[in-house]
Amino acid sequence: MKLLTTNFIKCSVKACDSNMTSFPLRYDNQCELELNYEDDESIIEKSYQFLVGILDKIDWDALLKVCADLGNNDLPPNKPLLTQDSLLSLNDNERLILKQLFNLLINTEIVNGSMKCDSCEHVYLIKNGIPNLLLPPHLS
Amino acid sequence: MSRPEEIAPPELFYNDKESKKYTENSRVQYIQYVMTKRSLELLNLKESSFILDIGCGSCLSGEIISSASEEVNAGMNHYWTGLDISPDMLEQALIRKEEEKFNNDDDSNSDDESNGEIGGLRNGDMMLHDIGQGIPFRAGSFDAAISISAIQWLFNKDNNNHDPIKRIKRFFESLYSALTKNGKFVAQFYPANDDQIDTFLQIAKQTGFSGGLVIDNPESKKNKKYYLVLSCGTMSSNDANDSDNLNLSGASMDVSNIHDKKELKKKRGNGMLESKKSFILRKKELMKKRGREVRGESKYTGRKRRDRF
Ligand SMILES: C[S@@+](CC[C@H](N)C(=O)[O-])C[C@H]1O[C@@H](n2cnc3c(N)ncnc32)[C@H](O)[C@@H]1O
Ligand SMILES: [Zn+2]
Repeated sequence: MKLLTTNFIKCSVKACDSNMTSFPLRYDNQCELELNYEDDESIIEKSYQFLVGILDKIDWDALLKVCADLGNNDLPPNKPLLTQDSLLSLNDNERLILKQLFNLLINTEIVNGSMKCDSCEHVYLIKNGIPNLLLPPHLS
Repeated sequence: MSRPEEIAPPELFYNDKESKKYTENSRVQYIQYVMTKRSLELLNLKESSFILDIGCGSCLSGEIISSASEEVNAGMNHYWTGLDISPDMLEQALIRKEEEKFNNDDDSNSDDESNGEIGGLRNGDMMLHDIGQGIPFRAGSFDAAISISAIQWLFNKDNNNHDPIKRIKRFFESLYSALTKNGKFVAQFYPANDDQIDTFLQIAKQTGFSGGLVIDNPESKKNKKYYLVLSCGTMSSNDANDSDNLNLSGASMDVSNIHDKKELKKKRGNGMLESKKSFILRKKELMKKRGREVRGESKYTGRKRRDRF
């Protein structure tokens, strides 16, 4: 599961819909991660448009929290500012930000581990990169 | 021949054997390709988007959604998340993903189908989930949702706790919320009867979606295909070319209309598609190149690596 997904996935229990603590889920600090670092800008460029679009949707505080769960406290406290217009003339710093976002959101995967809802306490397992969101009968 | 939906619940029908058979069948691959491409055309996206694939199975549809080929996506590079209830279908997706990686690593001669460096299954994520329990993503997550050959399963009552209507409502309501303000949803499905079409359209409308139904090849018994074409925003049908709108050729939310839509033109679509024969040949070539022996080796299991983060 890409780190990107942790910024959107929430508890599937209906009763948790209205509970703010059901997002983001809490990630076990033993989660096994895999990073396929991409350095080639000509490849990353192909995802610039997507990255800028998704950055607009990213809940930065949730991202900070999940990264901290997983042992990374190095993210800047505020969301970087980039728009589709900035893509027309990028400076070096902006290219670097896009590269880091690409590697963080898309190339970092949680391969095995678990995530937990703070509202209902249900624990969802992640195996081979696939989280199991199926609910036991008493929660569905 | 009976419908798969009548044989067993989806996670049992798509067991190990059936999932493998389904995924490797080149006729299935071709049909799913045509319908996914058509759904993308109906979605009419103008920018690289974040897309939900509902009932993604082994990601035959997903692979097309993020295809880097010019002919499918006109230069856009979409990312997607897939949901499916069958672990065996998802297992097939993992195998295909490994094959893709293997193929790309091995890619010294880059004369194969598309750009090996971007797009494809690497743009996707999968989760094991029952969509009748709702779409578990926060508000405004996806620009669009696609579903190919899956949502008719929602009419199943596979256990005593299943209330299909309740599940369909939960599905549409949570999907509506998971989409952005102008989000769109296109679903190709196989209705068992007109009532099922009615039910989907009515519940979608109650939920707040606008849009309707598109029927391709209405005269053909075999190739007649149904697409729900929905939008979260409001739209007027004469704005069909507006960038925010769906490509609504012949859609109708009014159920009574759909049964006499005979005049619906045969879609120009098919002419633009690759022929079935060339599609299959290309796939076969690719399979050979990928080397079937990666199968079963399960590179993705038992990897015990924790990268620095
Ligand atoms: C015919 S396959 C299509 C798969 C894929 N979209 C494609 O184009 O190849 C239908 C899929 O719907 C899935 N499905 C059926 N009911 C479901 C449910 N309630 N929740 C999630 N997936 C479901 C099945 O497991 C199966 O993989
Ligand atoms: Zn919960």
